[in-house]
Amino acid sequence: MIKKITCIECPQGCQLEVNVEEGRVIGLTGNKCPKGDVYGRQEITDPRRVLSSTVLAKGLEIKMVPVRTDKPVPKSKMFAVMEEIKKIRLTRPVAVGDVIIANVLGSDANVAASREVGP
Amino acid sequence: MENRNNVKERELVVVGGGPAGMAAALSAYENGVRDILLIERDQYLGGILNQCIHPGFGLRYFRENLTGPEYADRFIKKISAVPSIEISLKSYAVNLTAGRYLAYIKPGKMEEVKAKAIIMATGCRERTREMVHIAGTRPAGIYPAGLAQKMINLEGWLPGREVVIVGSGDIGLIMARRFTLEGAKVKAVIEIQKTSRGLIRNVVQCLEDFGIPLYFSHKISRIHGRDRVEKVEVVEVDDSFNEKPQTRFEITCDTVLMSVGLIPENELIELAGVAIDKKTNTPVSAEVNKTSVPGIFVCGNSFKIYDLVDGVTYDSAKAGKMAAEYLKGLK
Repeated sequence: MIKKITCIECPQGCQLEVNVEEGRVIGLTGNKCPKGDVYGRQEITDPRRVLSSTVLAKGLEIKMVPVRTDKPVPKSKMFAVMEEIKKIRLTRPVAVGDVIIANVLGSDANVAASREVGP
Repeated sequence: MENRNNVKERELVVVGGGPAGMAAALSAYENGVRDILLIERDQYLGGILNQCIHPGFGLRYFRENLTGPEYADRFIKKISAVPSIEISLKSYAVNLTAGRYLAYIKPGKMEEVKAKAIIMATGCRERTREMVHIAGTRPAGIYPAGLAQKMINLEGWLPGREVVIVGSGDIGLIMARRFTLEGAKVKAVIEIQKTSRGLIRNVVQCLEDFGIPLYFSHKISRIHGRDRVEKVEVVEVDDSFNEKPQTRFEITCDTVLMSVGLIPENELIELAGVAIDKKTNTPVSAEVNKTSVPGIFVCGNSFKIYDLVDGVTYDSAKAGKMAAEYLKGLK
């Protein structure tokens, strides 16, 4: 069975045709770069997204500190990860990339600060 | 007026500390300019990138998938390490003359500077509900999408619970996802054209991922609500954008976001006598970053609206180089 999906790796948005047999990818066309091949196979078997949000800071120079997952997390866990992010009250200064939640919900991804925030 | 005493003269003044202004200032420095003043109205550098917390930035320029603040951070670190670039925050430009006298206000004082060359990197503002002529009442709850983005991502406020988005521009699509992740219900995106104005990847990852309906060839014909938005009327349009009355339906909501385009901010150069195309609010120019007045350059979203920040960085670096060459020509 051919599944048509749009690659979201870059703004080109390649239209991929993924040949799926019994849940397994047996062919993929339409990608203009290797990222599309990886994305298409992943999207069929285990769709994931990079998640970004903000955490509330207390006593720091800005009120909301932007965060992101350093790897894509399972699409089905996005709202659960949001709940974990909402629990955080950040009180220490951070640099870009500082881990705020390690291995969030066992996804192997860390939630990390995406902006430098001083005291 | 044009030969004032006691006004400090600078080689180059850059107005705006977003991606365009930072790239222009750094490039001017790399091309030999050693006296640069960059003024920024906010208390931080980074401009609009600070509120664009989603990834998708830098794929071309850095070959990495960065969020807006991460993209900004790289330039903030770089520019802060250059002593020849003086950065003045909380500095709001209020007047510019053809002779390149720039007046700006800082907390508690008014400053004036004479620039041998000036680069305006003042960005853009959002088109509003008034500009797309939607009938109805004028209740609370109608926001430009980028303003809602600022409220959520910088202020930590959620401006609504049940949202309808007008226009499928990228900011509106990004905000559909952001509102959804924050627990609001995005009921529809209404686009009058037959295709999305935003990137296809954003339609996929911001709408389809969350099952948010996107109506093409539809418009909001009326907004209802006394104090707060209560509902909107939606109607299909034909190829000439005429309403098809029998297709009319209602969506209850408390919030309407407008994502219907951006307007370059060029009021200051207009004061200085630069020729402006009144339709696009951009400088009349045959070449990127140039204006009708020598020594006044414009870059980034104030020169033209860009889809991606990477393009802003590349073109704004050219503006810095052009200003450096202009200054060399004066000597």
